Amino acid sequence: MRPLSPTKTPAARTEQIILFRVSGQIFAVSSASVQEVRGVDSLSGAAKEMSYPALRKVKYFVRRGENSLYIINAAMHFGLPPAPPALVFVLRRTRTALLIDGIEKMTSMSRLQALPLAYCNEERIWYRGLTALDQTVVPVIKPDGFLTPDELFLLDASLSQEADAEAIRQAERNARLDRQDEPRDQQDASITQ
Amino acid sequence: MTPIPETDVQSFVLLRLGDRRFAIMATQIAELVAPSRIFRFPHRTSEVEGVILRRGRIVPVCDVAEKLLGKGLQSRRFYLIVQRRYNSQTEWVALPVSGDCELINAEMTLPSDTDTPHVSGWLSHAGDVIEVLNLAALTPGPTEIAPTPAPPQLQEARP
Repeated sequence: MRPLSPTKTPAARTEQIILFRVSGQIFAVSSASVQEVRGVDSLSGAAKEMSYPALRKVKYFVRRGENSLYIINAAMHFGLPPAPPALVFVLRRTRTALLIDGIEKMTSMSRLQALPLAYCNEERIWYRGLTALDQTVVPVIKPDGFLTPDELFLLDASLSQEADAEAIRQAERNARLDRQDEPRDQQDASITQ
Repeated sequence: MTPIPETDVQSFVLLRLGDRRFAIMATQIAELVAPSRIFRFPHRTSEVEGVILRRGRIVPVCDVAEKLLGKGLQSRRFYLIVQRRYNSQTEWVALPVSGDCELINAEMTLPSDTDTPHVSGWLSHAGDVIEVLNLAALTPGPTEIAPTPAPPQLQEARP
C-alpha cells in the first residue's frame, strides 16, 4: 500500500494595497493601480487651473503628451468635508490623479468582498469592494471610478473650447498689434521718401 | 358568498421597533446578534448606515424603523440578521431592533391592494394585528440601477 502523498494547501493569493486618508476616512487602492505618488507642491508648476461647474471636484489638469490628466479632489468626490491635500496619486491606465491627505501604510489583502447589494447607488462605481483588515472594514477604490467616460468627454470638450477661445483671443491681440503698427510703418515710409 | 382569504400556517419571528411589533418569515432570518461596531464609509444609499463584521462576512446595516415608524431607533438591543433575496442571490442584511424577538407559528393573511409595498401579509397574535414585512420593499437593492452584473459575494484578491 502506498502512503498518501501529503496535500499542500495552496497559499492564499494576496494583493498589495496602499491605505490612504481623505478627510480622516481610510480608503485602500491596489498599489498596482498607482503609477506615481507626488507631493502637491511638485505638481503645482505643471498643473493648470480649470473650471467646469458641473464637476467641481476637478479643478486642475496636467498635459501629458496628447492627453490631459484630470486632478480630482477626493474629498469632494466622496462628499467628505474639505481637507488640505498633501499628496497626489497618479492612477495607472486612467486619466485621473487623486488629491489625498496622506498615506496611512502599505499592506496586503487576501480577500476582497463585493460591495453588498444593499449599496445601490454611485458607490457601486466608486468601489471594487470591501476588505476586512485588523478588525476594520476598508473600501477599496476603483481607479476608473472617479470619472465616467461621459464626464471625460465633457472635460475634454471644455478644455478644447477653452483652447479655441484662447486661440481666437490671441489672433485678435495679434491683429490689434498689427493695426497699431500700421500707421507707424506708413509714417516711416514717408520719412524715408 | 364572500371568498375566504388564502391563509397558511408558517413560522414567523416577531421583532420590536420602538413600541410596535412587526413580523418576518422565519425562513428569512439568519441570526440575532448583539450590536457591534458599525464601520462607515462614504456612499449615496441613505437607507444603509454602514456595515458590521459578522463571522467573516461584511453585513450592511439598514435601520428600517425610519421607514416604518418615521424615525430612527433610540436604543438598539440587537441586530436581526435577515436574508435579503436579490434576483440571483441572497445576502445578509442587519436590521437594528429595540427588543427581544420571538418565534411564533401563525396563519398569515395575504395583503390587500391598498396595503403599502412593505407589507407582505398580516398576522393576528396575542390580540395584536401585526404586519409581516416584505424585505425586498423595505431594504434597498440594485433593481433600480445596476446595469452591470453583480460581482460574486466573495472573491479572492488578485494582484
